[in-house]
Amino acid sequence: MKFGIVIVSHSNKIAEGVKDLISEAAPDVSITTAGGTDDNEIGSSMQKVQDAVDANTGDEILAFYDLGSSKMNLDMVSEMSDKKIHRFDVALVEGAYAAATLAQVDSPLEIIENSVKDMKIK
Amino acid sequence: MKLELNEAQKWIELFVEKLEANKSELNELDTAIGDGDHGTNMDRGAKAITESFAKKAPENVSDLYKATAFAMIQKVGGASGPLYGTAFLDMSKAVKSENIELADLIQIGADGIKRRGESDIKMKTMIDVWQPIADAMKQDNFDKSVVEDALDSTKDMVATKGRASYLEEKSKGHLDPGSQSSAYLFESLVDVLGENS
Repeated sequence: MKFGIVIVSHSNKIAEGVKDLISEAAPDVSITTAGGTDDNEIGSSMQKVQDAVDANTGDEILAFYDLGSSKMNLDMVSEMSDKKIHRFDVALVEGAYAAATLAQVDSPLEIIENSVKDMKIK
Repeated sequence: MKLELNEAQKWIELFVEKLEANKSELNELDTAIGDGDHGTNMDRGAKAITESFAKKAPENVSDLYKATAFAMIQKVGGASGPLYGTAFLDMSKAVKSENIELADLIQIGADGIKRRGESDIKMKTMIDVWQPIADAMKQDNFDKSVVEDALDSTKDMVATKGRASYLEEKSKGHLDPGSQSSAYLFESLVDVLGENS
């Protein structure tokens, strides 16, 4: 499919939980996660973000994150990756859910961006 | 002036020593206005730098800054990882073909932190140490008092970036932990430069 979704969180449980939730709405969308540090402690890991992007089968990535260093690690991977990554500065759960629903039916980026624009919180 | 490989390596090694020695000091500062782990995170980064240098001795300043950047990016875990990591990675790229003036090098590091954190001066972040020091170097009057003044200036600021910004007015009256670790970095640099003067 055109879009895959990557969830980046400081907590592995949050990342996995959001994936579980949005998978219901998007069974055919590739959803990969980067939660917590390399030791699964609270924090974020650039390596995990890189792995989540590499493992995702979408042609382009819709990326959702929670706090500061998740965003920074995402940006670092964006700068180094060949894959196009669209970063969404929106409420993690609601934004990812809306995007997943739309990605499932092959909506164009413009529609997805428009749909989540009122959820911008960062 | 330019920093040569032996001086630059000494600089980073002194920084590592200070981070290890002041782990609990940094944690305490971060407990007041953050999540209390800046010392632990930077200590993990410091140990990764030591391991990296031991595994493969840097052959030039670009290698040295790159190894420092990767250790920070991979091991720190908090926001300071990508921030210090970006600063040193940009510095590594800047000296790849030829070494540059120290003032320009530190400005490139400061610009990297601004880009990565989408932030600027007066937000109570490590930029409030990096930028005044870059400015002082351009005027050729860099010394320990510049570092102390820059660090102290963060105390009365209200944080508008980073986790401390959630505290709003309550962030006032505390030193910024990232500025304190940056102060260790630049105190180390003064020590290295002092040995040569």
